[in-house]
Amino acid sequence: MKKMSFTQAVDDALAQAMAKDPQIIVFGEDIPLLRRELLVRFGPQRVRGTPISESAFVGAAVTAAMAGLRPVVELYMVDFLGVCLDALLNHAAKVEAFSGGKWSVPLVVRAPCGGGYGDGGQHEQSLWGWLAHIPGLTVVVPATPADAGGLFLTALQHEGPVVFLEHKLLSESWLEFLGSGGRQTVQYNVPEAGARGEVPQIWKPLPLGQAIERRPGGDVMIVSAAVGVHRALEAAESLEQQGISAGVLDLRSVSPLDTTALRAAAQNTGRLCVVDEDYEGFGLSGEVAAVVLEAGIPVQFSRVCTQSTIPYARHLEDQVLPNRERIVAAVQNMMS
Amino acid sequence: MPPDLWQLYSLMFKCRRFEEAVAKLWHDGLISGEMHLGTGEEAIVAGVVSLLQEGDALALDHRGTAALLVRGVDPVLLVRELLGYPEGLCGGRGGHMHLFSQPHLAVSSGIVGASGPAATGFGLAAQYQNPGAVAVAFFGEGAMNQGMLLESLNLAAVWQLPVIFVCKNDGWAITSTDGSMTAGDLNERARGLGVPVIEIDGRDVSDVWQAAQTALERARSGQGPTFLHARCVHFEAHFLGFQLLRMVRHPLREMPRVAVPLTHAILKKDGEPFRIRLAGLRKVLAAVWRTVRDPRRGLAHDPLWRTRRLLRADLSRLQAMENDLTREVDHIIASALVGVPS
Repeated sequence: MKKMSFTQAVDDALAQAMAKDPQIIVFGEDIPLLRRELLVRFGPQRVRGTPISESAFVGAAVTAAMAGLRPVVELYMVDFLGVCLDALLNHAAKVEAFSGGKWSVPLVVRAPCGGGYGDGGQHEQSLWGWLAHIPGLTVVVPATPADAGGLFLTALQHEGPVVFLEHKLLSESWLEFLGSGGRQTVQYNVPEAGARGEVPQIWKPLPLGQAIERRPGGDVMIVSAAVGVHRALEAAESLEQQGISAGVLDLRSVSPLDTTALRAAAQNTGRLCVVDEDYEGFGLSGEVAAVVLEAGIPVQFSRVCTQSTIPYARHLEDQVLPNRERIVAAVQNMMS
Repeated sequence: MPPDLWQLYSLMFKCRRFEEAVAKLWHDGLISGEMHLGTGEEAIVAGVVSLLQEGDALALDHRGTAALLVRGVDPVLLVRELLGYPEGLCGGRGGHMHLFSQPHLAVSSGIVGASGPAATGFGLAAQYQNPGAVAVAFFGEGAMNQGMLLESLNLAAVWQLPVIFVCKNDGWAITSTDGSMTAGDLNERARGLGVPVIEIDGRDVSDVWQAAQTALERARSGQGPTFLHARCVHFEAHFLGFQLLRMVRHPLREMPRVAVPLTHAILKKDGEPFRIRLAGLRKVLAAVWRTVRDPRRGLAHDPLWRTRRLLRADLSRLQAMENDLTREVDHIIASALVGVPS
């Protein structure tokens, strides 16, 4: 088994697919520098830089995909989707429905997301629940390099639009580019198992909407995605020392959501705790509760999410984003 | 009336020292994430902002710290904000890309182009409730490819709003040079949307000040917006720790990290023919090369150096002023760092 960092895994899976399928092209702001290894292997026709014009290049990616290309369009941060949401909300997500199922948009939007490095609330959002709210969009949020590469391959093969989110705390290269800038004087709480890990020799697509149990547990199942999975695993360790058996379920994609796994987890433990770095209200955590309630499963429920605009100051940010202490407290509260 | 060069130089000098001190805080790790400095654009900031009056509004981009300093925002509060202290300008919740000061009607945003609509709204409020007041938008030339900014130029023109759109053109949009990403001519864009243009040398503070004076008079007297196109250079490029600059400044340390994976990639067996790979490699090398040989990072392009030349006749006054300002900035940083309960 070889090891790779998170973003290396995505780029490697992308390169593997690009070598097979000449219809895959990659574009976005500063891509010639950020994806220089793809540029020197696949050339400037397939790996392109764009102006800072998200409405234009994400909008253009939609119809380029409809015309037969398989575009991977990159945003600097998912936050900047605010500038060009129309392309996803009103176009990419709706073409298949509007065309009576006759025309699809095989587009991948790749964007870094998430906080934990002190960039402020306009640059550290998660927004996966907000995107998953829109019918027609697939939203993938991997937590490990192996999942990142495999799911990226899936996204490339998917016939509809996929938003693929890379948490910046898991991505060595994004953290270096946007955070440390080569400094040795700053520290970030990076979950090691998410930032670097074993990957297969040859990438194979992983199924969409299939959660994975990262840790079994009998008393409570902690449900999460991306960095939250690793925070949940830390919390589960602490809880074990207190005699509480907490499992961790990694959703891997927010849409489609693995409702079967959620119902099974609720059934088996009777307690769910959702750890979601995205905003608390009207989002993923509420959706998980609805899935279980609609199935008529009696369950104790709690959630540890981001409740407010993410503050710039690191010490405030660390409290606002889900952390081990908050997860432990939420679970203890359910157990008492 | 000619500008008071001594006053403008003192503002520019203070901005430079202030931002150099911020850079040190960043290098020391006291600032965690990104930090976009405006070193090199001081003539534009001082030339425009020093002319603002009470009731005028300021819409800034992600590089707005110096503008707020010139506008008169308490510098200790600014530093404390950058440090993320609860005693900062925004309680440590905003940071350098999200600085707000209601008494100064000053806002900032890390979303490229967002200062356009922001200034337009301030312009509308001024036209409606405070005639004679103006709004200023600062942005880089990369933002001129953002729809919301172009839409704002049009809206300000059709509503004849008192807005000064200040384009700080350093020729680089993050890692791209403008020729590769911006088609046509920016002045023609603005004119095409009905906004008159004044093109100026953004390294020349007198030039900026005169142009700003003209634009402000137009705006204050109800004659609508102006596009001030000022060319400048950013000595620290897009942000501190900018990868291309690091490669140029510390090639031995930085190049292997870039070159090794690049070599692997170019030799991988599947992919495009060698001719196309070479075209890709040329693009990467061109970006590094443009950074290495960017002539504008030289002293002659420094707005401070250019103004200082004109004041050197009275060297003792000049040095006394610089020493005072250096002490003042040192004192600001020291006061920001102490006096705060940890």
